[in-house]
Amino acid sequence: MKIAVCIKRVPDSATRVRIAPDGLSLDEAGVKFILNPYDEFAVEEALRRKEQAGAGEVTVLALGPAAAQETIRTALAMGADRGVLLQTDRVPADGLAVARALAAELTDGGFDLIFCGKIAIDDSNHQVGPMVAELLGLPCVTAVSRLEIAGSAGTAEREVEGGLEVVEFPLPAVITADKGLNEPRLPALKGIMAAKKKPLEVKPFQGGVTGIDVVRMTLPPERQAGKIVGEGAAAVPELVRLLREEAKVL
Amino acid sequence: MSHVLAVLEQRDGALRKVSFEIITGARRLAEALGSEVHALVIGAGAVTGTDGAGRFGADRVITAVGPGFTRYAPEGSATLVAERARSGGYAAVVLAATATGKDLAPRVAARLGCALAADVTDLTVEGGVVVATRPVYAGKALLTLKVTGSPAIVSLRPNVFTPVERPRAGAAETVAVDTPAGRVTVREIKAAAGAIDVAEAPIVVSGGRGLKEPANFKLLEDLAQAFGGRAAVGASRAVVDAGWRGHGEQVGQTGKTVSPTLYVAVGISGAIQHLAGMRTSKVIVAINKDKDAPIFKVADYGIVGDLFEILPRLTEEVRKAHG
Repeated sequence: MKIAVCIKRVPDSATRVRIAPDGLSLDEAGVKFILNPYDEFAVEEALRRKEQAGAGEVTVLALGPAAAQETIRTALAMGADRGVLLQTDRVPADGLAVARALAAELTDGGFDLIFCGKIAIDDSNHQVGPMVAELLGLPCVTAVSRLEIAGSAGTAEREVEGGLEVVEFPLPAVITADKGLNEPRLPALKGIMAAKKKPLEVKPFQGGVTGIDVVRMTLPPERQAGKIVGEGAAAVPELVRLLREEAKVL
Repeated sequence: MSHVLAVLEQRDGALRKVSFEIITGARRLAEALGSEVHALVIGAGAVTGTDGAGRFGADRVITAVGPGFTRYAPEGSATLVAERARSGGYAAVVLAATATGKDLAPRVAARLGCALAADVTDLTVEGGVVVATRPVYAGKALLTLKVTGSPAIVSLRPNVFTPVERPRAGAAETVAVDTPAGRVTVREIKAAAGAIDVAEAPIVVSGGRGLKEPANFKLLEDLAQAFGGRAAVGASRAVVDAGWRGHGEQVGQTGKTVSPTLYVAVGISGAIQHLAGMRTSKVIVAINKDKDAPIFKVADYGIVGDLFEILPRLTEEVRKAHG
């Protein structure tokens, strides 16, 4: 089974955001970067599918700066076989520009399955996976929290408001992973050592047309700390009065 | 003048409430562009509730009816929306960043070859170009973007574009379509335990480690119920990772970003990644035993104390207020 996983290097979720001097982007000084958490589910699922099939290859593909090689090595340490980095100093804000580059890289790969995370926790675009699928003409199920594959047919569950959709689709297909799909493994020391020797190809990302111009990045207005209404259950009637009369939300 | 296409949502043949938010966002663009809002809804038959679309600013309401569209059909819907957007020469296509919209909008964008600004919280037009603001880093920063595609495609964060009444004709049309539903089919929808999703609920009551054990979430469920079906239960990452609650309830940077009218954080200290997911709530209430917990720094109202005493009392008072 030939599987590809699209991954992204993102700032850790504990990052305190400061705006860079250009006013358009994150100030990366002192920021710790990680493999996007939703992509961990994608990598794990790819490894499990390969293991179940008994044979195959898992390719991880990233678009990002040179440092994203480390992110790819993380996936290789988990067990992926080879990595490809489309290198650029700035990832486009336009998800379609990213999807076009990924799709061009994937198009002749003969993949049975392509996994992505459902969202990257930095730009929160939640669009690259289904765009890649559309550009490749492949079926796609997004935000999958449960997946079954039998031969060339798949069944997936995805969360919708107030329910779970049970979705059927044929392979090859693109799946975007949600939390709950699996429990990602931690790379073992042996995997980390092996990852250093696995092939990692670096190609330049050419850029291309973009339909999004970033005008500015700003910090959201600070929330003013409100008031402590009181202590213990005795404060509850006053809280409810304030919610009704002052905040007018009841 | 190019018009604005509002892509509405229905489930089980009834228009979903978020549709009026979509029309409201589309109306805002149409006013700035001096054009009309055309609402499109896809179904297997007549969709109830479409008669309300005119009230919020739809000039036309087009129901596309085809046999394959009983449930959301990702590929067939993308075909229909993209065809309509292309043939109608629309300036903008507006969807909602719901589970369906998050699936559909990128497909439409890819087919049209146009950029998508997803999950936007503000929309304007400057010099004829759609300008969208959207949270990044789960709300720790805001990105303002020019969406230069034609059409400009935007999906709106639920609960942000409060429906505003701006009556227009809402002229209803039904179009029969024979578009295939596509290769990806929704076989069934299993109902979840909570009828209302945490990302869409106008009221969210969230619990964290302070609840001490999974069974104690019953106290939060009772409170949610006291709000009369308008509230959903949310959870911190710590309790989801511990397996106490399902991941669908997680609020935060690796869970859902929510903007309800009222957010009640119970036994949640307020880690930065949690605050990122709920800081845009209109009113925040925090209940915590630690008066120095970071959650109080973003809360409008706080009660310091033992949640096991406070919660039952709050449930009782809310029930009274609703009685």
